[in-house]
Amino acid sequence: MTVVPELTEHERAHEAAESRRGFLMALPAYLYLIVFFAIPLAIVFVYSFATRSRTGGTDLSGWNLDSYGRLGEDIVTRVVFRSFGLAMTTTIICLLLAYPFAYFVATRRPAVRGLLLVGVMIPFWTNFLVRNYAWRVLLSNDGPVSQFTEAVGLGETQILFTQVAVVIGLVYGFLPFMILPLYASLERIDPRLIEASRDLYASSWASFRKVVLPLSRPGAIAGSILVFVPSFGAYVTPAILGGDKKPLLGSYIVSQFLTARNWPFGASLSSVLIIVMLSATLVYFRAGGRNL
Amino acid sequence: MKEGDIPMTRKLLGLLFAFTLVAAACGGSDDAEEAAATGDCAVGQTDGDLALYNWSEYMDPDLITAFEAEFGVSVTEDFYDSNEAMQPIVAAGGSGYDVIVPSDYMVSILIEEGSIMKLNKDAIPNLSNLASDFASGLPYDPDAEYSAPYQWGTTGIGVNLSVVGEDVPRTWGLIFDAELADQYAGQITLLNDPRETMGAALKYLGYSLNSTSEEELAEAQALVAEATERVAAYDSDQYDELVGSGQTVIGHGYSGNFLFQFLELDNPEDYTYFVPEEGGTRWIDNMAVVADAPHPCTAHTFINFLLDAENGAALTNWNLYASPNAAAEEFIDPEVLADPIVYPVDQSKLEEIADTGDFEINYSDAFNEAKG
Repeated sequence: MTVVPELTEHERAHEAAESRRGFLMALPAYLYLIVFFAIPLAIVFVYSFATRSRTGGTDLSGWNLDSYGRLGEDIVTRVVFRSFGLAMTTTIICLLLAYPFAYFVATRRPAVRGLLLVGVMIPFWTNFLVRNYAWRVLLSNDGPVSQFTEAVGLGETQILFTQVAVVIGLVYGFLPFMILPLYASLERIDPRLIEASRDLYASSWASFRKVVLPLSRPGAIAGSILVFVPSFGAYVTPAILGGDKKPLLGSYIVSQFLTARNWPFGASLSSVLIIVMLSATLVYFRAGGRNL
Repeated sequence: MKEGDIPMTRKLLGLLFAFTLVAAACGGSDDAEEAAATGDCAVGQTDGDLALYNWSEYMDPDLITAFEAEFGVSVTEDFYDSNEAMQPIVAAGGSGYDVIVPSDYMVSILIEEGSIMKLNKDAIPNLSNLASDFASGLPYDPDAEYSAPYQWGTTGIGVNLSVVGEDVPRTWGLIFDAELADQYAGQITLLNDPRETMGAALKYLGYSLNSTSEEELAEAQALVAEATERVAAYDSDQYDELVGSGQTVIGHGYSGNFLFQFLELDNPEDYTYFVPEEGGTRWIDNMAVVADAPHPCTAHTFINFLLDAENGAALTNWNLYASPNAAAEEFIDPEVLADPIVYPVDQSKLEEIADTGDFEINYSDAFNEAKG
């Protein structure tokens, strides 16, 4: 509980002026978010109550919940569970790979740290789509991976167009989003706390479990969300590396817009996805915050 | 958040809501409202620079240069990769495009939604160059009021002959018949397009690819579901490269793309493309003028330019798709003209995809169900 000190008239006026100035300074950002984020999102929401016309247009007269009624269909459930499984797998693998690496980086000299972090970010300099196509070459049946297994006598490997290829692609694509927040929270840990725990006869494992792990939890939570959310709706990687065989949430929504031309249904899927993800994220953050 | 912020936030929310309603209302595609105005233009008249919205790798850049030089206008070309991606942009209005190149079924949708204008045939005298079966009577635009054919082609199968053998049976069974297809499991791609892929299965079963029978579609769905087990990928972009690079052996795709790809390889004789004996899709892409085109006269002049005999031939020689232009034939490379990949010998079993209205949802659902 913080105690709010009584403010004088003058102080209150000053506070109000500050607040106004803050608002004005944030105005460009507000406008940007409204025009390019909130309005488009609101349009998606409005469209979800509309009707598909016979020619695949969107008829906005006569609001209805038909598109939401379709969310109970078996295929939607299947697609959601499949996407959830894939996103969970990706997040867990990213967490297991990123944690030791982030720890390693955070414990280096500042100069080395900078270099390693630049290394993490270098892939962002190339377009995501291009990098996915590069993986297609690497994993194809005459690509380097296959050539290696053939050379050592294991025969040709067929990785491209499998679930394994999709997971490889997603982990590769989203790993930096896990590393960076983890690094940020690990780097902030005061080394004296670890020393103190060792002074109190904690084993190195106990000191890690009781000191480092809890203190790095905010980073792990932020990283998990940053990886899970885009993996859940991933579209490009499953299409390019998985061959789009089993529909996932991303490709299922895209097919509503681009092949069925059923925008209202596509919009209702998107709206529910956004609402569920937003609530889940809030709950996850709150839970994480309490456990600190 | 400070207390003082709340009214401001509320105001913003109210504003946001109003904006949304306006934006959503504007986005709605009101049919017939922008009733197709006839471009009142003279032959060869221009009224500004041309904005062309076309499929990629479909227009000979030399033809663009020639048009620019002849009429003293400049041309900007943007690209789309599916009719469905192009349609909402044009239908929303204010796209700024003059000429678009929609496929058959999409022409009927664009007409119904009032997104393209009636052509002023007086401004396009070269329409007389069209072969008689393309000049009128096409199901999607029976009186050829709104569109002029651009190029046509087929959807079929491209194969690696060095794997499947020269005497491979030319049937959809290579994909749908377990006995024939299982040996190629993991080396087959199908188009990631419900109408094309369900259509191929319907053709294999002996039905029309425009079937609106739920029983027939269910049979086709079962076939595609079974085929999914042996399919490497559903791919509409790289099926030709995948066959060419040896990743796959059998690809479902468009005639010209396969031919273009095979001719770039060192051993083009090892590959071929055919429409299976059960029949397949014939598609026709068309030139049309957007209802609110900023430069309708330049648009008409451009269509007339492309329907010229020599220009039409140049187009086919460049993109290797068949020309609807009868007068162009004498200028088309004889090798291309004699190529059964470009001009299939037996066209009796080809069918154009037609818009099935509400049944499109059934096609899309059946396709997603078949995939799992």
